[in-house]
Amino acid sequence: MEVDSFKYVSRLVTRYYKLTSVEAELPIPWTPLARPLSQSSFGLVTSGGLYHKDRQPPFDLERERREPTWGDPTFRIIPADIDPVEVGASHFHINTDHVEEDMNILLPVQRFKELAAEGRIQGQADYAYSFMGYQGFPADLTGWRETYGPQVAEKLTAEEVDCVLLTAA
Amino acid sequence: MPVLARIFETAGLSTLLVTNMPFWAEKIGVPRTLAVEFPFGHILGQPHDRQQQMRVLRRALEVLEEATVPGTIVHFQERWPIPLEEALKDCHPEMPPPIAAHMGRHIGSFIRGLRRASKQAQKD
Repeated sequence: MEVDSFKYVSRLVTRYYKLTSVEAELPIPWTPLARPLSQSSFGLVTSGGLYHKDRQPPFDLERERREPTWGDPTFRIIPADIDPVEVGASHFHINTDHVEEDMNILLPVQRFKELAAEGRIQGQADYAYSFMGYQGFPADLTGWRETYGPQVAEKLTAEEVDCVLLTAA
Repeated sequence: MPVLARIFETAGLSTLLVTNMPFWAEKIGVPRTLAVEFPFGHILGQPHDRQQQMRVLRRALEVLEEATVPGTIVHFQERWPIPLEEALKDCHPEMPPPIAAHMGRHIGSFIRGLRRASKQAQKD
């Protein structure tokens, strides 16, 4: 079975996406695994619009409401040992009820704790990161490319992470 | 997300992207991708279904270990267990996002733009 990218996308948006011309920048970057996963530390990153309730502001949905073609390019830092009830989600484009009920469907910090306990991986960084996937229409990825993506890369590197699992929302 | 995967990989980290839109992973050129046919907002599974989440994650770790070629896309073989109509309701927000109303106001020019792009694509 081949995954249908448009199974959950409206016909109009599907048509738009298929006509969008994007050229992959070649070569595709490649970092071979440095060591077996059992000795590798992981960083987790999602685009689910998650944030630490009461300690961080949600993503800027008010501006998106005023300027619907704009999306907040910033990120939030989520402690891997966060109490799940403190996880909020701000994202106009997905139903956030389920991820607020169980963050592991987008940011699997508890599953990774279990994978570390059984020795499948060495462990995970103390902090995970969330972006909010809607970057405007048409998407403007300048903020991610030039500012916020490199900032998170720097943080993950400082935490001596070997591998990163990214989960799209 | 494809762009972020590339940024992290360039910074010396080995990345694996789990997404339900391998279309973009392929177009933009993601190092390693596990494609899942799961609804938006539920990329690793259903809330509190630990077994389902673990099956996706274990496959993701295998792809990370086994991929040898940049641009590897592996398709996860499990189907979403909920009927499509219900799944669509689950994944979309109750209120349409602001861009939907905005597009509604500009739908005419949007469709004209699509037609122009379509004609251009046929010429190319």
